[in-house]
Amino acid sequence: MIKDRVVVAMSGGVDSSVAAALLKSRGYEVIGITMCFNLAAGNKRKSPCCSVESIGDAARVAYKLGIRHYVLNMKKQLEERVIKDFCKEYLSGRTPNPCVKCNQFLKFDLLLNKARSLDAGFLATGHYARIENGLLKKARDLKKDQSYFIYRIKPDQLKHILFPLGEYTKDQVRRLARNYGLSVADKPGSQEICFLPGNNYREFLRSYAGVENKPGKVVDVQGNILGTHKGIPFYTIGQREGLGIARGYPVYVIKLDCRNNRIIVGPKQDAFKSVFLVKDPHYLCGRIKKKVALKVKIRYNHAESPAEIIPFKNKLMVRFRKPQFSITPGQSAVFYKGDQVYGGGIIDKVEDKNVKE
Amino acid sequence: MKRIYLDYAATAPADPEVLKSMEPYFFEKFGNPSSIHYFGQEAKKAIEDSREITARVLGASPDEIVFNSGGTEADNTAVIETAFTLAGKGNHIITSAIEHHAVLEPAKFLEKKGFKVTYLGVDKDGLVDPQDVKKSITDKTILVSIMHANNEIGTIQPIEEIGRLTKEKGVYFHVDAVQTVGHIPVNVNKANIDLLSLSAHKFYGPKGVGALYIRKGTRTHPYLLGGDQEKGRRASTHNTPGIVGMAKALELCSVAMGQEADFQSKLRDRLIKQIPASIPESRLNGHPVKRLPNNVNFSFKYIEGESILLNLDMLGIAASTGSACTSTSLEPSHVLLAIGLPHELAHGSLRITMGRWTKEEDIDCLLENLPAVVKKLRSMSPLYEEK
Repeated sequence: MIKDRVVVAMSGGVDSSVAAALLKSRGYEVIGITMCFNLAAGNKRKSPCCSVESIGDAARVAYKLGIRHYVLNMKKQLEERVIKDFCKEYLSGRTPNPCVKCNQFLKFDLLLNKARSLDAGFLATGHYARIENGLLKKARDLKKDQSYFIYRIKPDQLKHILFPLGEYTKDQVRRLARNYGLSVADKPGSQEICFLPGNNYREFLRSYAGVENKPGKVVDVQGNILGTHKGIPFYTIGQREGLGIARGYPVYVIKLDCRNNRIIVGPKQDAFKSVFLVKDPHYLCGRIKKKVALKVKIRYNHAESPAEIIPFKNKLMVRFRKPQFSITPGQSAVFYKGDQVYGGGIIDKVEDKNVKE
Repeated sequence: MKRIYLDYAATAPADPEVLKSMEPYFFEKFGNPSSIHYFGQEAKKAIEDSREITARVLGASPDEIVFNSGGTEADNTAVIETAFTLAGKGNHIITSAIEHHAVLEPAKFLEKKGFKVTYLGVDKDGLVDPQDVKKSITDKTILVSIMHANNEIGTIQPIEEIGRLTKEKGVYFHVDAVQTVGHIPVNVNKANIDLLSLSAHKFYGPKGVGALYIRKGTRTHPYLLGGDQEKGRRASTHNTPGIVGMAKALELCSVAMGQEADFQSKLRDRLIKQIPASIPESRLNGHPVKRLPNNVNFSFKYIEGESILLNLDMLGIAASTGSACTSTSLEPSHVLLAIGLPHELAHGSLRITMGRWTKEEDIDCLLENLPAVVKKLRSMSPLYEEK
């Protein structure tokens, strides 16, 4: 293994480009690798993450920095490890987060192995997060923090991973990109899921997974029929638009009842819940064996909130101190202790009744 | 770092003599060969001299040579334009499953336009059976397109036998000879070839120039329309330096061919013998004898060709892989699948192609490093551990 050789996962965006530039300037021998999924070819739509332009951008940055650059096609792995699960989850009435899976299986498993096979001491990405003393921590720029997406890294992998952007803000990163003379300095950031052009997952489920409309009833908590829905996979907890139901107040999806092909809706306050189970728990600081108080984030844009976490067979029970809006099965719940990522898991079952404080 | 280039089938450096021959045609003799004045005539002479040389090497006559931009253009023109021209006569085309994409994609395009295409399979060594060609020809067949030698596994096809059959049946025969011209003898009359593609950069000429041989009387149609260059068979201002360079490269090859082929096949056979001896569970792809003198292609079980390639690149050794993970397409090479390799072996292939500047030491160096690279990658492969 060559300690100062590092593989950087380069998407062609500004973040991973600057990550590569920073490592190069710190004296590392940098090898850029761009994962190509080539999904655009199949469904004839441009995917923002591995369109030809993005690969071209990554290559231009690499040449500018004078580093090696390889493009690896990981379409099959993406389909097998991420997209299959993505479709299955939606069909089961859950709302998956494919970025979590992609990071877990593609970046910090396959790509890390690829780095090892090239004798590189490290794999680096453009994520906003930090690693300190073998602990995964939030980015210094809390607005940009992406630790939520990467909480499934294994503890023993952390010593082979670098997050060069962890100490920087996005503005600083853009400034660095300009200083390095990188053509991608002003490229707009992508908030999209790479295989979902326009973030239209409903269209994707139809065209890619062949999911057909399977209409059912929309009911309220009491079971009164309020209307019909197009099929459970096309809805998500907390959704307000597109329900086609007129009440005197805004109506939200509060539960997807797959077994009875029903969608349960209600006023906003009914979408606030406190207690849920988490499956596939993942720990970065050792197993949770007894009740512990941590802060929990239930989706990327959620402001973390205090909760108790209690071991429950091979799952964990999370009890928020205050009810939270739209706790969604399939999403990840990530546990924080201060700025340290403690672990997390996949939201499994949400308790219907709210526990009064 | 000392760098070793073993990817001559991808492209070869232009011979310094080729460069020298091209140089006057950028500034001194820059004229447009289509102009009637002195400058034009000076360039025109160079084009016609080059045409004679090219024709001589192929056993053709000069007016059967149409200069163009290279192998892809030649293949596209031969397949697409011939098919459209003969559409009134028939709609059936025969090709093989292991052709270059520059033939396969036009064939697929023609299928969408209503043509019928037969893709002949090959045997485990990559050989097309001429009897299959014979059996597939119907009264609707207008074109047979079979490559001379395969770019990945190096297998050389029995084009003379196939040419005899197509001539008998009165069907046009196109040969993609991009991998063979300049390396082994190619004669359009011996093999009854009607159309033949070649590309200069594969035989130490410049990139971006090539030619399509079109037998006199062959009905086809130009691909590029515009000026009446090449007697109206290919519009576009002549690439004079390129064409001159290509002819020079052909001249050099016709002198050096025998000796170079002998030397390279010696290196090739050494690799074919020593790789399996030093690396267990390796498999030679392509025919052991009926193959290009400069081509070696091996599959190594349990690992990906792409990983071998990257590791060799880190060591300064440039080779190639038939697993297309490094390119934008993903499927393992259609050629390796066509010779019956299971996916895992098709993914683990490595192509080594030698050329004019390959030395014995380069092969020593490869043989020193390759076993260790394969061993290391296997030790990391989950497939290998399961064993």
